[in-house]
Amino acid sequence: MNKIKKLCVGAILMALGQEAAQADYKLNLMQGVTKVSHDIYDLHMLILWICVFIGIVVFGAMFYSIYHHRKSKGHQAAQFHENTTVEIVWTIIPTLILVGMAIPATKTLLELDDVKQSDMTIQITGKQWYWDYKYLDNDIHFESHLDEASEITHRTKGADPRSVPNYLLNVDKPLVIPVKKKIRFVLTSGDVIHSWWVPDLGWKKDANPGFINEAWTSVDTAGVYRGQCTELCGRDHGFMPIVVIAMEQTDYDAWVKKTLEQQKQKPDLSDQSREQLMAHGKSVYLKNCVGCHQIDGAGVAGLIPALTESPKVTGGIDPLLGFLSAGTSKMPAFSKLKDNEQAEVVTYIRNALGNKVGDEIQPNKITPVYDDD
Amino acid sequence: MSAVVAEHDDHHADEHHDHGPAKGLLRWIITTNHKDIGTLYLLFALAMFFVGGTMAMVIRAELFEPGLQFVDPAFFNSMTTMHALVMVFGAVMPAFVGLANWQIPLMIGATDMALPRMNNMSFWMLVAGVLLLASTLLMEGGAPNGGWTLYPPLVLQPITIGKALPFAVFSVHLLGISSIMGAINIIATIFNMRAPSMKMMDMPLFVWTWLITAFLLIAVMPVFAGAVTMLLTDKFFHTSFFNAAGGGDPVLYQHIFWFFGHPEVYIMILPTFGVASTIIPVFARKPLFGYASMVWATGAIAFFSFIVWAHHMFTVGLPIAGELYFMYATMIIAVPTGVKVFNWTATMWKGAMTFETPMLFSIAFVVLFTMGGFTGLMMAIAPTDFQYHDTYFIVAHFHYTLVPASIFILMAAGYFWLPKWTGHMYNEKIGQLHFWLSAISVNILFFPQHFLGLAGMPRRIPDYAVQFADWNMVSSIGGFIFGLSQLLFLYIVIDTIKGGTGEKVTDEVWEGASTHSLEWTLPSPVPYHTWTTPPTIVPTEHVLDSH
Repeated sequence: MNKIKKLCVGAILMALGQEAAQADYKLNLMQGVTKVSHDIYDLHMLILWICVFIGIVVFGAMFYSIYHHRKSKGHQAAQFHENTTVEIVWTIIPTLILVGMAIPATKTLLELDDVKQSDMTIQITGKQWYWDYKYLDNDIHFESHLDEASEITHRTKGADPRSVPNYLLNVDKPLVIPVKKKIRFVLTSGDVIHSWWVPDLGWKKDANPGFINEAWTSVDTAGVYRGQCTELCGRDHGFMPIVVIAMEQTDYDAWVKKTLEQQKQKPDLSDQSREQLMAHGKSVYLKNCVGCHQIDGAGVAGLIPALTESPKVTGGIDPLLGFLSAGTSKMPAFSKLKDNEQAEVVTYIRNALGNKVGDEIQPNKITPVYDDD
Repeated sequence: MSAVVAEHDDHHADEHHDHGPAKGLLRWIITTNHKDIGTLYLLFALAMFFVGGTMAMVIRAELFEPGLQFVDPAFFNSMTTMHALVMVFGAVMPAFVGLANWQIPLMIGATDMALPRMNNMSFWMLVAGVLLLASTLLMEGGAPNGGWTLYPPLVLQPITIGKALPFAVFSVHLLGISSIMGAINIIATIFNMRAPSMKMMDMPLFVWTWLITAFLLIAVMPVFAGAVTMLLTDKFFHTSFFNAAGGGDPVLYQHIFWFFGHPEVYIMILPTFGVASTIIPVFARKPLFGYASMVWATGAIAFFSFIVWAHHMFTVGLPIAGELYFMYATMIIAVPTGVKVFNWTATMWKGAMTFETPMLFSIAFVVLFTMGGFTGLMMAIAPTDFQYHDTYFIVAHFHYTLVPASIFILMAAGYFWLPKWTGHMYNEKIGQLHFWLSAISVNILFFPQHFLGLAGMPRRIPDYAVQFADWNMVSSIGGFIFGLSQLLFLYIVIDTIKGGTGEKVTDEVWEGASTHSLEWTLPSPVPYHTWTTPPTIVPTEHVLDSH
């Protein structure tokens, strides 16, 4: 009953586009939406109650003693200082409790570890500061960045986070999975160590550069599940959330079809007006550049060069495009940007962030340095 | 144990040919006296407690509300990193070395530490190490901001760290050498300088716990020094210990770090156990319950601390056999730790308790450390740790085991021994006020962090989703009250040194204390030189039957 109520309320709120339920604080661990997450929740509650019980016994004895065995009440101190029997008892009882705990914990751990017989595999690559998802079975491949509203708000002093729906827990492109399928994840990193955590799935797993970790999930109910990076990965560690949308199989199939079609489309390389170039350029900048070079282009003193009034930005366009697509000793290569995106972002950084070169570059003027397909 | 002194006329003999301390500032620079060096360590630790605390206030201020308030995310990361390093290496560890310097010779009837010149050197290397670390705050690119664990590749990344890395590494080397020298000194003192009639199983538990801690230090500080040296060569000499592209493995660093890091947490808690086991019996007016089992439990915890390190790494991608082993091994630690808590409770049981400030802090320690122990047990269960790991739940856990545990016991030790050291009584009213403010605010500060972690808030983030706002605000308010309350302690320390309540304390200071440990048989304040004639220990009845 409770569950149905929750579902109805959730559905209404989602329909309103405001997941106000997310704004409620919680005191306890979430039960999650997978069998494993339920098992983990049960383990959590079991050990919690064991601790509460031991706490009541020990603190109860202590506070009884503190209340009754005080000098001000004229209590005379006993002089006993050991008792082999009780010492053996309070060594053996905790040991037995621990053995009792270890058995269900072992079972859940073995279940978590079993990635065999999965229905599909998704590769997750953590990068500073976004997630890169690749569906190994159907070649869907996209990046998932913090949504623009959160991005601008968290970088603006005095902006009101409460006005942004799902502040810091929203992305531009969520990970989409079908329900009731065993989905295997392989995790790695493109730079430093990240960790992929969606509490409703019950686990987190580190994404290590140069190595691959495995994990799996099978979601019972369709819905939107949110999480965050949980391994310190640099200045924007707090700003690379995860959103997983679990869909019924038919919805998922439709999503796959649509996404593959979009992915096949060639980028639009036709000329754009200056305003269009600047507006699109700002979006590209907010996704790809702002983490290091900052929202005002000022960079970070001693670590990251400013774009504002930088001769490399305001100088020749060709060397600038060279930096962009080949990277530097500090900056990764951005050859992944399509020609139109390169044109847009270059126009943007030369004419915003305190720069006023006054020129523009159109997408068809970009000569690909690398063919990244 | 409980030993009484049969006879000593030590201080009477001393008064006539006592070489007092050198005059002026030079006394503190060149001193080889264990009491002077203990004082230096303690005052330095107190200063660093406020430096690290100020950083914590910056963190709590930024987290007071969601959104960008005061600091840049990179500076926020520097604050969390430096707060941890300063508190661990600048405050808690030196404070316990200071206590060891003051108390171990007094408690075992030794004239001084075994290696007094090295003692002086290890203190000044500590100061140099901490200053070197602090200097990175002023450097281009800021202080280290990859977390106190200094995980590669992040800590080697040019866009993350500026010029600070080599300074942080050399600082760790200096702090490590300082700690190792201190540990060697403590071991040499305990083994060689005990009063001839004091057997190992006659030693106060504080001495025992420090002896075991000293061995932990000698074993693991070189490991940490090695790990950070590998970071240094990876960064500047093109080695690839931790770089997968060169055949290395970033996770290798974590194994090495936590092989140091896990014993390190026991380095900060074992002497805490020792002080609690010293204070509680005095105010319960009863001998410590289960002296021998306390010694063995300390040894067992120290042993297990070496073989559980990867429970810090359950989510890093360990093989299943590793996960299972580290889970079982970690759970076992709950047994000897439980024994200690039960023993403290049994020590209070049927005592004649009074509740002066040191006892209040000690009782709060037993209760709140146990809470930290409970969450530790919860995290030992590997599958549940997959949820708790790297969230505010663990921030709450380790702060419970450090702040209302190690820090509270350091406060208790201050209130307990300051009258002995200075000859003046502290102001009990202000002491109790300090206790109640601290004990209440520390829970307002850290208890809500359990909720935050369970609700899904990761640690080390400068800004958060709005559903975490309420508890963060509560936690910050608790933090500000806790921080301000500590100024009372500073006031009490200064006030007591200057004369306190003006009440002349007795040699024993606390009723019956002289039946518990040797230092209470010396005059108050303790003369500059003590135990030039070793005391004779007459074992009390129960010491005999514990053999």
